[in-house]
Amino acid sequence: MTVLQKKTETTNPIAHLSDEEIERLGVELDAIRQSILDSRGERDSAYIRKVIDAQRKLELASRAVLLASAFPPAWVVGTAGLSVAKIIENMEIGHNVMHGQWDWMRDPKIHSTTWEWDNASPSDQWKHSHNELHHTYTNVVGKDNDLGYGIMRVDEDQRWYPLYLAQPLWNFINACFFEYGIAAYDLELGKNLSSEKRRQAPEFKARAKQTLKKIRNQVRKDYVVHPLMSLPTGSFVPTLAANFTANLVRNLWTHSVIMCGHFPEGVETFERTSIEGETRGEWYLRQMLGSANISGSKAMHFMTGNLSHQIEHHLFPDLPSNRYAEIAPQVQDVFQRYGLSYHMAPLPQQVASAWHKVVRLSLPNDFLATTTAKNLPSQLKVLFAMTTKGPKVRRAAQARLTQQARRAKVAAAA
Amino acid sequence: MTSVGLMRTANGEPAVRSLALRDRLMRVAEAAVTPLVPADVLDIFSPLRSGADLRARIVSVVPETADAATIVLKPGKDWAGHKPGQYVRIGVDVDGVRLWRTYSLTHGPRADGHISITVKAIPDGLVSNHLVRRARPGQMIQLGQAEGDFVLPDPRPEKLLLVTAGSGVTPVIGMLRNLFSRAEPLQADIVLLHSALSRSEVIFGRELRAYAAEGRVRLVEMHTDVHGMLDVHDLDTIVPDLAERTTYACGPVGLLDALEEHHTARDLPLHLERFRTAVVASDGEGGTVTFGRSGIVVDGDGSTPILDVGESGGVLMPSGCRMGVCFGCVLPLRSGAVRDLRNGELTVAAPGDGVIIQTCINAAAGPCDIDH
Repeated sequence: MTVLQKKTETTNPIAHLSDEEIERLGVELDAIRQSILDSRGERDSAYIRKVIDAQRKLELASRAVLLASAFPPAWVVGTAGLSVAKIIENMEIGHNVMHGQWDWMRDPKIHSTTWEWDNASPSDQWKHSHNELHHTYTNVVGKDNDLGYGIMRVDEDQRWYPLYLAQPLWNFINACFFEYGIAAYDLELGKNLSSEKRRQAPEFKARAKQTLKKIRNQVRKDYVVHPLMSLPTGSFVPTLAANFTANLVRNLWTHSVIMCGHFPEGVETFERTSIEGETRGEWYLRQMLGSANISGSKAMHFMTGNLSHQIEHHLFPDLPSNRYAEIAPQVQDVFQRYGLSYHMAPLPQQVASAWHKVVRLSLPNDFLATTTAKNLPSQLKVLFAMTTKGPKVRRAAQARLTQQARRAKVAAAA
Repeated sequence: MTSVGLMRTANGEPAVRSLALRDRLMRVAEAAVTPLVPADVLDIFSPLRSGADLRARIVSVVPETADAATIVLKPGKDWAGHKPGQYVRIGVDVDGVRLWRTYSLTHGPRADGHISITVKAIPDGLVSNHLVRRARPGQMIQLGQAEGDFVLPDPRPEKLLLVTAGSGVTPVIGMLRNLFSRAEPLQADIVLLHSALSRSEVIFGRELRAYAAEGRVRLVEMHTDVHGMLDVHDLDTIVPDLAERTTYACGPVGLLDALEEHHTARDLPLHLERFRTAVVASDGEGGTVTFGRSGIVVDGDGSTPILDVGESGGVLMPSGCRMGVCFGCVLPLRSGAVRDLRNGELTVAAPGDGVIIQTCINAAAGPCDIDH
């Protein structure tokens, strides 16, 4: 994959669209948005209130069951319930409320400006990095930090270094402790710890303090208060383990869903300069090309916070999540009529695709494509050399790999 | 910890200790439910408990006329009570959107602790139509504490004239019910002059006529369809001893203004209750934008986002994507009207409505007061 602007006439997925067509596409999408605004009402507000009510009851019940978690069935039931409750709180409720999807209700208790979520990152900071940066600069290399979270190689155009070999491991660790990854990412920790000046900046220090306080509160709740409350039944350690498991499950699940949103093969990335003076139609188009959906059951959509409708969410981030399913066929129709491909696949397939890309990009360009069972030993030797020797060797070996891949392609075509 | 002092009993120690224990338990509860607060959890089970945000549950909806109904409410434990004639702010979710209005309380304090408001559905009135036609027992509404000084003083003036028109009778019925519910016989000389569109339009008509039949009030009904509009110059004819009476009046602006002029000219005691009008001037042509906290006033035209208007006026505005996506720029609109530049949708707000707007895609559509 390469940024869209560098693609040739034949591989560029929007080469066939004229400026007028792109604007017309924007008008059509605006009309879809308006149809939901016009019919938004009591049914929707009843939905979110019901979800919040059910989530809170589920969490309370699960935590009540965990008070006796020394009893194995109680541990299993309580942990499962708590995991589901945490996922719903983060995805269908927290993420969407903080997007302002429910601000129209004018209920101060269900409002983007007041919501705080069950996650290590304080909602203020998450809203900035997610709503403002990620949703505005979706998939723009160098602007949208969600692309690899600043720690991964996400594009062939990024130069390969041996350190990237560990990228699948990073990604797995990030998945396990995703909420802390998000917190560090919202703090732009990599950038802000890089120099003494940045470390000492009052704004950074204030934000870091806020994050640490949030983490302290979260940790105290999950790993101190609730285990202590389980002490009378001798369930301190099981309850602690249950909370840890629930957080782990929630982290792995949210990481997988989010990786499916923008990372599967076929999703486009964009050049930094390409968004200057972008029109509304062009912005819509970038959202369409930069997102991928997950297909599945109603329950699956619900558990992803309807981020399975990532394309619809990115086109209309402020529409209530319960309405994405309803507009998905209309959006898909727009894709079809404008000759664009609507990326959608079941969860396991999208997760596999995203992981495949992580692995592929952790290796030098064309390495995976030129490797077969037969030439594996020699390929590994090349990789070893590229990893341990200097840049000169890397450049030469890379050139050879690129050439091999091109030849293989030509041979396959002939 | 001043409350410790207040709660101290003869042997002060236990009260202090129990309070400290409560405090500590509260802190544990907070730590156990963060990032929620204990109130969020308690609200699930007991929304009317003491300490909760003030709410009320609808007990019954009783039709009064074809388009007016009395809503009987069970208020939360923290309801501080009211005096007849006062009004209350209520927040109702109409088609999913919380809207706030004020209504007069139409009962004196009741033994069952319930309160009531009487609502007349006005054309295009979102809240009034919802309350009259769609409110059902069991539903919850948001509530403020009773407000207003349209109440009878103590001691009560001996001779009263009550002038009401349309739903203006609602604060007055509360006063009358309270007076007539007392055990001891009432020594009062009350004239109630009520104007309504027609006989069947008189809210509480049967009750008022019954009071008149029992001789508790002298009731003068004026029906616009038969008698025409009430003219204040006829007051002397209708109420010959007008000069001896203290007047309490509630009704449309025109009537109240005329009464005020009439009474002031003759130096007669007068108390008025003006219903708040939620009419917001909006011609979609922009307006002055006032940033309340910074005290900056800027002219906003109908096509420039309030975010830009504020920044050009030197206000430090929160901002984000500047395209309506991120909700990083939202600020409370205390009052005024704004128009969404994307689809032309109008949003109006009056103080207390709790309207929060995205400043990057809304332009002034009339004078706006932004709380920033």
